[in-house]
Amino acid sequence: MQSIKKILIGIAFSPNLKPNIFEAIRMANMFGAQLVGVHVGEKTNKKQNQLADLILEAPKLKYPIKTVWQKGKPVDVILNTAVNEKIDLLVLGALQQENLYKYYVGSVAREITRKASCSVLLLIKPSVKRVKCNHIVVNGLKDKRTTETIEASFLVSKALECKRITIVEEISQKEIEVKVSDDYSLRKANINKEKLKRREDSRVNKILGNINTEGISVKIQSIFGKRGYSIGHYAKVKRADLLVMNAPSKTSILDRIFPHDIEYILTELPTDVLIVK
Amino acid sequence: MKKKSAINTFIGELPKNIFSGFVVSLVALPLGLGLALASGAPPISGIIAAIVGGLVCSILGGSNVTITGPGNGLVVVILSAITILGEGDMYEGYLFTLAAIVFSGILMFILGILRLGSLSNFFPSSAIQGMLAAIGIGILAKQIHVMFGNLGAKGSILELLYFIPEDFMIFIQTNDQSVFYAGSVGVVSLLIMIFYSKIRNKYFQLVPAPMWIVLVSIGMYYYFEMFSINNYPISDELMINLPDKIFGEFPQPNFSKIIDYEFISAVIAITLIASIESLLSIKAVDKLDPEKRRSNINKDIRSLGIATVISGFLGGLNVVTVIARSSVNVNNRGSNRSANFFHALFLVAFIVLFSNELKHIPLSALAAILVYTGYKLASPENIKKTFQIGSEQLIIFLVTLFVTILTNLISGILVGILTTFIIHIIINKNILLFVRNLLKPNVLMFEEDDKYFISVDNFSSFLNYSKLKSKLDQIPETEDAIIDFSMCDFIDHTVMENINSYSESFKRKGGHFEVIGLDGYKSGSKHPFALRKFVIGKPKDKNLTITKRQKSLQNIGDELRWDYKAEYKDRIEELTDFGYFRTRQINKISNTLSSKQCTLFDIEFSEGELIAKQNVKATMMYIELKKLIPQFTLDREGIFEYIIHFAGFKDIDIDHHPDFSKRFYLSGKDENKIREFFTDEIILFFESNKYYHIESNEKGLLILGNERLAGVKEIKALADFGQRLKQIIS
Repeated sequence: MQSIKKILIGIAFSPNLKPNIFEAIRMANMFGAQLVGVHVGEKTNKKQNQLADLILEAPKLKYPIKTVWQKGKPVDVILNTAVNEKIDLLVLGALQQENLYKYYVGSVAREITRKASCSVLLLIKPSVKRVKCNHIVVNGLKDKRTTETIEASFLVSKALECKRITIVEEISQKEIEVKVSDDYSLRKANINKEKLKRREDSRVNKILGNINTEGISVKIQSIFGKRGYSIGHYAKVKRADLLVMNAPSKTSILDRIFPHDIEYILTELPTDVLIVK
Repeated sequence: MKKKSAINTFIGELPKNIFSGFVVSLVALPLGLGLALASGAPPISGIIAAIVGGLVCSILGGSNVTITGPGNGLVVVILSAITILGEGDMYEGYLFTLAAIVFSGILMFILGILRLGSLSNFFPSSAIQGMLAAIGIGILAKQIHVMFGNLGAKGSILELLYFIPEDFMIFIQTNDQSVFYAGSVGVVSLLIMIFYSKIRNKYFQLVPAPMWIVLVSIGMYYYFEMFSINNYPISDELMINLPDKIFGEFPQPNFSKIIDYEFISAVIAITLIASIESLLSIKAVDKLDPEKRRSNINKDIRSLGIATVISGFLGGLNVVTVIARSSVNVNNRGSNRSANFFHALFLVAFIVLFSNELKHIPLSALAAILVYTGYKLASPENIKKTFQIGSEQLIIFLVTLFVTILTNLISGILVGILTTFIIHIIINKNILLFVRNLLKPNVLMFEEDDKYFISVDNFSSFLNYSKLKSKLDQIPETEDAIIDFSMCDFIDHTVMENINSYSESFKRKGGHFEVIGLDGYKSGSKHPFALRKFVIGKPKDKNLTITKRQKSLQNIGDELRWDYKAEYKDRIEELTDFGYFRTRQINKISNTLSSKQCTLFDIEFSEGELIAKQNVKATMMYIELKKLIPQFTLDREGIFEYIIHFAGFKDIDIDHHPDFSKRFYLSGKDENKIREFFTDEIILFFESNKYYHIESNEKGLLILGNERLAGVKEIKALADFGQRLKQIIS
């Protein structure tokens, strides 16, 4: 994700339509990108008018919005549009569990997230008024996609004027190798942890060497926990505004039964999540 | 060099370990004989288990001051195994059970290798308590008859209990000399057990109570033999039966039933109880260890497994770690595993040298020791304690207790687990909380400012406690740890109890362990181990329990002579003037610590509206100022989180202080007045202290660290910072 030129948003005529549109328009303006809206369903005058009214009410767009009306299966339509329009970023809204401050990704959005060819931004709380993004948490795990993800997080933070990024390395229990059972093995495990931390830090610092970090306070934090889940937990504890993650390499039906990495995040969104592809 | 000094300390400590081993063996001898008898096995089998356990576990074990041998928890399981497998013939049953013991030893060894030492974490505390009480009642119900000189009592536990008064009357009215004397020895022995700890005589206390019983009953025999004209009144069948050649012929385990259903379930029950008893004991003994070492639980389980297999082949019972004998060891200054080894050697010596004397112990005397042990396990004290934790714990306890008595141990503990789970669902009125989050790795740990921070999500109960435990075990007890439950909707008694024991072990080893995020949770009782449930909104005061954190806040208040109040307030008027709270809605304020002008408090506020609403809990400080100062916010350069409401104002640089200007972001309306206000002294103060977010609204100052609840140490630091700042300003 070198730059963002085209942003796709799904338009459903739900109560959330207004905040969704406002959020997308602001996003498009901040990135200097064109907004593409896709509606899965019939094109009626009523819908068209409603949409036009909203756009009039919203902040002015730098580039005019393009709307696609198409009937079919939502997943297919949105994915096809993303490919046809050469979309860089797809924006989806999350759902909230009743009476709970917990958010999850609906089944349709989840399928789109898994199959999308572009980066996906999942918003838990789109709002009409702008809520400033203050803190971005990005994964720094050892993966070939990580470099691109970290670069993307800086791109986003510059566009959103966010001044603080935390790069989180998730160190899994297996890597420590020593199992803690008494004082001696505890000491050994802690020495190993320290070593791993230094190794991970130097790896991330290498990536940061090629990025212009001026004006942004960057922190590297190692956490110990289950990969994919813990970073969400960390983002929640630190009350981050955006979590940036690698796209999963491949997911099969087994991954959904035994969730890992991204699947954890999809069942319980800690905050807004950007999945970089 | 280091190795040599280790050997030197070992040799140096040898004398006190030999002594300690000797004292322990005095307890182990009567207990071993008694436990074996109560299990329905030949008395010597208990001694064999103690000897094998002492020799094997002292060499292969992973703990330091524990003593191993036959355990009281196993009495009931082994007795039922012998009865069921023998189908009437106790000796045949014993041989079959030996085979089951060998298998359970193998299973224990495998558990140790698979590092399943944490298996016992999956059992709720109250259910285990209930099960242990049931075992106690089982032992008591059977042995009290033997104590009264009646060997023939048979039937279920309830029947046995029912016949106790009747049996007592028989004992009093009997014409049979043998029964009367045996019963009297039993009753006297029981009195010795009960009043032993109350007699404060140095010489009397040198010999442990069970050994007194042995000495008194053997003494009685020799009295009749040598001085009395009467014959020894107690008949042979009421005396202990030891083989003549103890180390000559060992009974062979009979493996012919190993595919029977009864056999398999006996193996499972024996293994279950043996591992639970050992794990509980190891955990408890670690707390007693004066050198504060951490036991290698899995290594210990492995060695217990090996010892059990060997013991089984030699005709002995299971080898488990036992708490009572271990604490005798610690009290007599045993310092390493050699004490366990010597206890075994002394037992061998006793058996070889005094086997003739030992034959003069009446069964009723040993039964008295067991009645006392059984009573200890099932004492009403335990029920009272459980009830204090909460009425729901009492339900779990009683259900487990009765199911165990009426059926067997395995069904008992299973029903106990199920009951606990159902009660948790009822309390939360929510099954999805558990179902949805059961498998999620809900514990996050990271290091921050040299502190370990652990956050627990969703719920924390016996079901997922092992996840929390594995993280907690990785923190050296000499460090600082903060565990935050504020994202957790429900915490059960098992977790609270374990957390408490962590906090104790941190305290012992010089670290600091703190629980935050529980204030204001609804709990079943005022007990510190009671379960906690999150309630939305302002809780009613009567349901509140003071948490440990609140107690420490009270202490800080006493220390600083500040006034502490735990109760809830809706708001502090002055706060709403601050820019920080212009976009944030204050929900409730609690735990206020205040002196004349400074107030420290926990605050819960929400950000955003409706769907975007988010509840935040944090600790802050407010200082009222006597003079007016300019409005400003001061923050660490680069963190723009808090000052969005001052958007439009620039960073104010103070002349001649480039370092301050570089490190801090200062903004406000009236630049000139602010420059005037920030004197060299104030700037030096900020430069040389920890970063806080500080905001002034002309009349007062708002100071906050992280946007989360602060631990006790952090609160002290904040209070100190605020006071010094106040002094400098005024």
